[in-house]
Amino acid sequence: MDPLIRVTVIDREGAAHELEGPTDMGMNMMELCKSYELPVEGTCGGMAMCASCQLYVESETPLPDRGASEEEMLDQAFHVKPNSRLGCQLHLTPELHGLVVRLAPEA
Amino acid sequence: MISTDILIIGAGPCGLFTVFEAGLLKLRCHLIDALPQPGGQCSEIYPKKPIYDIPAYPSILAGELVDRLMEQAEPFKPGFTLGERAEVIEQDAEGQFIVTTHRGTVHRAPIIAIAGGLGCFEPRKPPVAGLEHFEDRGVEYIIRDPEFYRGKRVVISGGGDSALDWSIFLAEGVASEVTLVHRREEFRGHLDSVQKVLDLAAVGRIRLVTNAEVTEVHGDGALEAVGCEIAGEGVRRMECDHWVPLFGLSPKLGPIADWNLNISKNSIEVDTFDYSTNIPGIYAIGDINTYPGKLKLILCGFHEATLMVQSAFKRIYPEKNLVLKYTTVNGVTGF
Repeated sequence: MDPLIRVTVIDREGAAHELEGPTDMGMNMMELCKSYELPVEGTCGGMAMCASCQLYVESETPLPDRGASEEEMLDQAFHVKPNSRLGCQLHLTPELHGLVVRLAPEA
Repeated sequence: MISTDILIIGAGPCGLFTVFEAGLLKLRCHLIDALPQPGGQCSEIYPKKPIYDIPAYPSILAGELVDRLMEQAEPFKPGFTLGERAEVIEQDAEGQFIVTTHRGTVHRAPIIAIAGGLGCFEPRKPPVAGLEHFEDRGVEYIIRDPEFYRGKRVVISGGGDSALDWSIFLAEGVASEVTLVHRREEFRGHLDSVQKVLDLAAVGRIRLVTNAEVTEVHGDGALEAVGCEIAGEGVRRMECDHWVPLFGLSPKLGPIADWNLNISKNSIEVDTFDYSTNIPGIYAIGDINTYPGKLKLILCGFHEATLMVQSAFKRIYPEKNLVLKYTTVNGVTGF
C-alpha cells in the first residue's frame, strides 16, 4: 500500500494547499503543516496543550473521536466550532486520505 | 545581589545541562525560573511521560531525566531563584547584566543564557473586542483575592476546575450574584465540583448559562455588562461588576519580548555559530531560539548549550586559550 496520503489545508487567507504526507512515520497534521511551512505554531510540541494547531474539518472524512486531552484543550480554546480538531491529535493514517481542513484563526 | 558567571533564565533540561558544561570550564551558574521547581515542562507538564530520543536512553521518564540532570549539575553547585519570573534586564557601567525578577531579586552576571523553553505560562485571553480597555476595570483573568468580589455581581467563564471551584466559592456567601458561562453542556472538572455547581444552580445561587460564550464587554470606563451569545437565543446582555474568564494558561514569551532581542514567531533569533543573540553577551538556547533548520528537541538544546558556553568563556576570559576538555581523561571535578 502506498504510504503517502494527500490532504488539503486551507490557510487563513483562503488559499488551498495540497499536502502529501507519509502514513508510516508517526506524523500528525500539525507536523505535516509545519513541514510545508504553513502558519501553524504547534507551540506545545504536540501534547494537546496549546490549541495553536486548531483546524476545522471540512470534508466528510471519517476521523477517530476526540481524545480526553483534546476535548479538554478545545474546551479552553477560542474560535471552537463543532468541527474543530487539534492538528497534533490527528495522526496521518490511510483513512485521512482526501481530508480537507481549514486553519482556525490565531488565538 | 546574586553574582555569577552565567545567569541562566529557565531551569529546564537545557538550562540544567548548561550548568554542567559551564562547570567543566570552571564557570559558575545561577538559574532563574518562574516555576517553583527545576525541570521546566518536563517537571510541570509531563513528568510521567517517557521520552525516547535522549541518546543512550531507549526510554526515560521526563521527571527522571530532570533528576539525572540535577545530579549531573550538582558538583558545580548551581544557585536557584525559583518561583520568580525574570522581568527586567539592564547593563551596568562595567557592562555586566543586571536581571531583576518580578519579586525584586537582583542578579548580576557578564553572560546571560536564555533557556526559557516555551516562555512563561500566562492566562489565555478570549478574543473579545475592546477587552483590553476593561482589564483591571472589571475584567480579571486570575482570582487573587476572593474578598475583592464581596457583594459584587460576577460572571465567570470556563468549564474547567478553576471556573467551577471559584464559582462555588464565590456563590457561597461572597459575591452577591454568580453567573457561570460555559461553551458546552458538559463540564470537564472534578465530578464532585460539577455536582456542587449543579446543586447551587438548582437553588439559584449560581446562574448557569451553557452553550454560551461571552462575546461583548460594555461599560463607560469600568465594566458594566457583558454580552453573552447563547445558542438558539442570540446575544443576552448581563449586568455585572466583574467578568473573570478562566481559560487556562498558555505559554507566552513574557517580559523577555521587551528585552530588545530580535524575535521572530515568538522565538529569539540566534547565530548558530555560538547561539548568540543580537545583544553581545546574551545567548538563547533550546526551544526558545530559532534559526534556519531549528528543531525543538531536548538533545538539540544540549548541543546548543555546549557550544554556547565555549563562546561565553571566550567573552569572560578573552586572554585565555580554551582547551576542550574530554571528561574521559580527567573525570569531573566540581567546585
